[in-house]
Amino acid sequence: MRYIPSSPAEQAALLREVGVASVDDLFATVPREVFRKDPPPLAPPMSEIELRRELGAMAAKNAAATCFASFLGAGLYAHHSPAFVSQLLLRGEFLTSYTPYQPEVSQGTLTAIWEFQSHVALLTGMDVANASVYEGASALVEAVLMAERLTKKRTRIVVSKTIHPEYLTTLRTYLANLGLEIVEVPAGEDGVTNPAALAAAVDDETIAVAVQSPNVFGLVEDWSVAAEAAHAKGALAIGVVNEMFSLALLKPPGAAGIDIACGEAASFGLPASFGGPLVGFLACRDGFKRQIPGRLAGRLETPEGPVFALTLSTREQHIRREKATSNICTNQGLFALAATMTLTALGKHGLRETALLCLSKSEYLKAGIGKLGNGKFAVAFPGATFNEFALRCGPPVDEVLSALEKAQILGGVPFARLAPGSGEHEDLLLVATTERIRREDLDRFLDVLKGF
Amino acid sequence: MSDHGNLTNPAPDAARLDRRRGASSIFDASRPGRRGVLLPPLDVPGADPEALFGALHRTEVEGEVEASEVDAVRHFTRLSQKNLSIDANLYPLGSCTMKHNPRINEEIARLAGFADVHPYTPGHLSQGALELMARLEAALIALTGFARVTLQPSAGANGELAGCLMIRAAHVKAGAPRKYVLVPDSAHGTNPASAHFAGYQVKELASTPRGTLDPAELEKMMTDEVAAVMITVPNTLGVFEENILEVTRIVHAKGGYVYLDGANFNAFVGKIRPADMGVDVMHMNLHKTFSTPHGGGGPGAGPVGVGAALVPFLPVPTIEPEGTGFRLDFDRPDSIGRMRTFYGNFGVLVRALTYILSYGQEIGEVAENAVLNANYLRKKLAPFYHLKYDAPSYHEVVFDDTLQAAKGVHNIDVAKRLMDYGFHPPTMSFPLIVHGALMIEPTESEPIEELDAFADAMIAIAREAEESPELVTSAPHVTPVGRVDEALLAREASKPGNFAPVLRAPVRRS
Amino acid sequence: MSSYPDDRLYSKSHEWIRVEGETATIGITDHAQKELGDVVFVELPDLGEIFDEGQEFGTIESVKAVSELFLPVAGEIVEVNKTLVDEPNAVNEDPHGDGWLVQVKVSSDGALDGLMNAAAYEKFVEEEAKA
Repeated sequence: MRYIPSSPAEQAALLREVGVASVDDLFATVPREVFRKDPPPLAPPMSEIELRRELGAMAAKNAAATCFASFLGAGLYAHHSPAFVSQLLLRGEFLTSYTPYQPEVSQGTLTAIWEFQSHVALLTGMDVANASVYEGASALVEAVLMAERLTKKRTRIVVSKTIHPEYLTTLRTYLANLGLEIVEVPAGEDGVTNPAALAAAVDDETIAVAVQSPNVFGLVEDWSVAAEAAHAKGALAIGVVNEMFSLALLKPPGAAGIDIACGEAASFGLPASFGGPLVGFLACRDGFKRQIPGRLAGRLETPEGPVFALTLSTREQHIRREKATSNICTNQGLFALAATMTLTALGKHGLRETALLCLSKSEYLKAGIGKLGNGKFAVAFPGATFNEFALRCGPPVDEVLSALEKAQILGGVPFARLAPGSGEHEDLLLVATTERIRREDLDRFLDVLKGF
Repeated sequence: MSDHGNLTNPAPDAARLDRRRGASSIFDASRPGRRGVLLPPLDVPGADPEALFGALHRTEVEGEVEASEVDAVRHFTRLSQKNLSIDANLYPLGSCTMKHNPRINEEIARLAGFADVHPYTPGHLSQGALELMARLEAALIALTGFARVTLQPSAGANGELAGCLMIRAAHVKAGAPRKYVLVPDSAHGTNPASAHFAGYQVKELASTPRGTLDPAELEKMMTDEVAAVMITVPNTLGVFEENILEVTRIVHAKGGYVYLDGANFNAFVGKIRPADMGVDVMHMNLHKTFSTPHGGGGPGAGPVGVGAALVPFLPVPTIEPEGTGFRLDFDRPDSIGRMRTFYGNFGVLVRALTYILSYGQEIGEVAENAVLNANYLRKKLAPFYHLKYDAPSYHEVVFDDTLQAAKGVHNIDVAKRLMDYGFHPPTMSFPLIVHGALMIEPTESEPIEELDAFADAMIAIAREAEESPELVTSAPHVTPVGRVDEALLAREASKPGNFAPVLRAPVRRS
Repeated sequence: MSSYPDDRLYSKSHEWIRVEGETATIGITDHAQKELGDVVFVELPDLGEIFDEGQEFGTIESVKAVSELFLPVAGEIVEVNKTLVDEPNAVNEDPHGDGWLVQVKVSSDGALDGLMNAAAYEKFVEEEAKA
């Protein structure tokens, strides 16, 4: 086999050195009744030529979707990634190295992790960020568990229902057996978390209050509402962000009293890749850093220059086992690196300019919908949005999407798809724009709606 | 760095400085006015964020980088040159299965039809993605013998948690969740952590002097309060649980489930189907056994296979056949819910299926050669390093520093000195039952001459530990940076304020 | 000659305790600090917290290990060694002196059962090493 260097003769030589007669002798302590003599029921090995054909055929079945103008978002926004990023990611020193537990031979990865942490800290306005977690929903879980440790002996989590439904489902799954209660505060008529309802839900048992901005309807929430509601009762405030470009134009959670920021950083050039791998982030105030889960890179100034290493490792499972801050081990290394590279290229100016492109295109589309005049479509909520909004559809959402598809447009995500079976907001379509959308795509979108 | 020659003299400062070029971060190199991306012109009326957001408007991300594309490319290329990697070096990190990462996997995962598909693409336009997942599930079922496999968990530990949650859900459905999970003292740290986050109390099972589970001890501890036993096969000592069939029988007799940590699947893939041993749940680290790149710490993927009894509890959605294609199924009332957004680390799944198809029915050769290579290293190194547990080794062998400690040389010193010889160190942080562990897993990817070079380096270090221990304890000498004072960093990082605003610790005050 | 001071008692979990009147000072032994390595962080209880004998009252961390700290006698925390916040390595440099951890007001029923004197502790450490 091409991935096993030893030739049959060399394998025989190795067996002789080891002192056994056959390969099977190496497995002598395996009970004979489970040791398989026959090969597994798989096809014969494939050459690269066959692999390209076989898997290429599968990819081709999705290819049509990649040619459409895409307005899909709802927690995952496919922004541009500079060409050098995917090429440098293929460097073996990044691709095929392990977690940098040995700093002397991992300064490359460690420096990049530290840079990722710094970008996240700057964008969110927090003091400390970790090396990444799996993705946005598990980032929220980790934030909640972290808050639970920090507040000690409290039992309830208050979450706004304007957080992405898959995040909330994930939170319920993780918290199911930990004796913690989740209190969901419904959105007001305007699609935004109602400050009075939120404050009323918080009491002395509340661990934390979590809100998302822009929220699942794309609406901008005011972080300070959650911060004030939480702090009034000694609870912590958690801010969820899953469209990080919004932070180029919106006051960051750290500047509005949020204690822990978490969410999804895939916007920084990660391929959509059918939803993974993504890159979750977690950031907090300095005083909470000993309770942040996952890997943390630190920077030490030495006479020879800065040196980077993982630090505060005693928080982690490989040392503290069942008392660890989390069971997390693997993080999203390579994709945190991809986000870091993209952020480096974008820089301070590119971040803002990209965000302005996204915002302007979304506003153009919203304005166009307001002027359709056929009474069948409306922007569902009046509040400010960044690059995504909820479109209220008179005709069934499926029919709207089919019509858009005929015009080479993936028109958005039906809200019903985020929470299957819930029966909520079945007339809403979430429509997201990025810098990749052109004016002609927007006009075509509006033309299709006009046709209803 | 791959020079295995005369290393008794530390490299001259000049060479070391050269390797340090561009050592500081891109934040230090940022220069006002530089830019690395050109965006398309604004083709719609420009929105006014000030007017739209009012008091919530942010005018600038202060402190963000300003760099050109050249700056960025050079910075990250230079960073890469400071890493050891499998591409260049044998990387014998025990339990991590640092095997060759075939590049065809990368090419396939980057096909637009996989990489550019949004997870909320309508089903009729994403059939290929669903098919890929269904094909991978089928392949993993063929290799494990389980009834179903969920591909959703993001990594091994996430899979462990999913498995524990399914076990709990099954017990709850049967009446009560039970209270304890038993974990051997040799287990990976993620096992007790995962059981804890599923709401269980962890009880430790002591290993026998052979390093394996003791059925008599298990029999004593296995009550009807025990929900599951989490085992690793071969265990973290690289030793196969010879009594595995008795172990699973004892657990089942008391109504418990057997969880198998699949981190060491590379030792038996294609040779044993875990379900045949009586295992009820197992996660598979695709980034280990199935060669998806470790990427400096991720991403991984941790699919979980389950026996029929646990199928109703799988996370949603599952992938089901429908007509000639596939659909996502959310209507599973007993499901534990979701482990994350969307369906899993799909890009990792693409790579893993590509790898499995590359080997096909010959995938057993992976296990054979992984075990053979580990045993070869064991044979060569046994005269020089202490082996606490001498039961037969499978894919890895765990030595310790007992012989070197007499001269004041510890496992960490051997590890750092190995870097001077161009090799990544073995694992040292566990198993906890071996003090001063050196856990070596060469994988099937290494040719005989690399194994020999590694063994020669280990033997040379054993000699140096005898003859000039200070050379070893002061290593590494030729890496981009010398031995990092991790205690100082941790101490400084612990202090209030020392991570803000960009995370750094201050210069050491003398 | 014993390397452990005779003015105090020692526990099997490697804490020392020196009783003066109603107050007892507690730290970890020289042996314990050597086993642990460079101490990077010490987590101590709040003043006024009350603990039972043998209860965990804090943790002490090196780069790659965490040890729980157990109180050898029941009592109320009346003082913690604040200098350890900035200089946790005092535990390494002077475990029996400046590296002390907490002072407790010993409970009225607080007993010093099961503790060892310096000689007995030294022997205990030797035997533990052999096991």
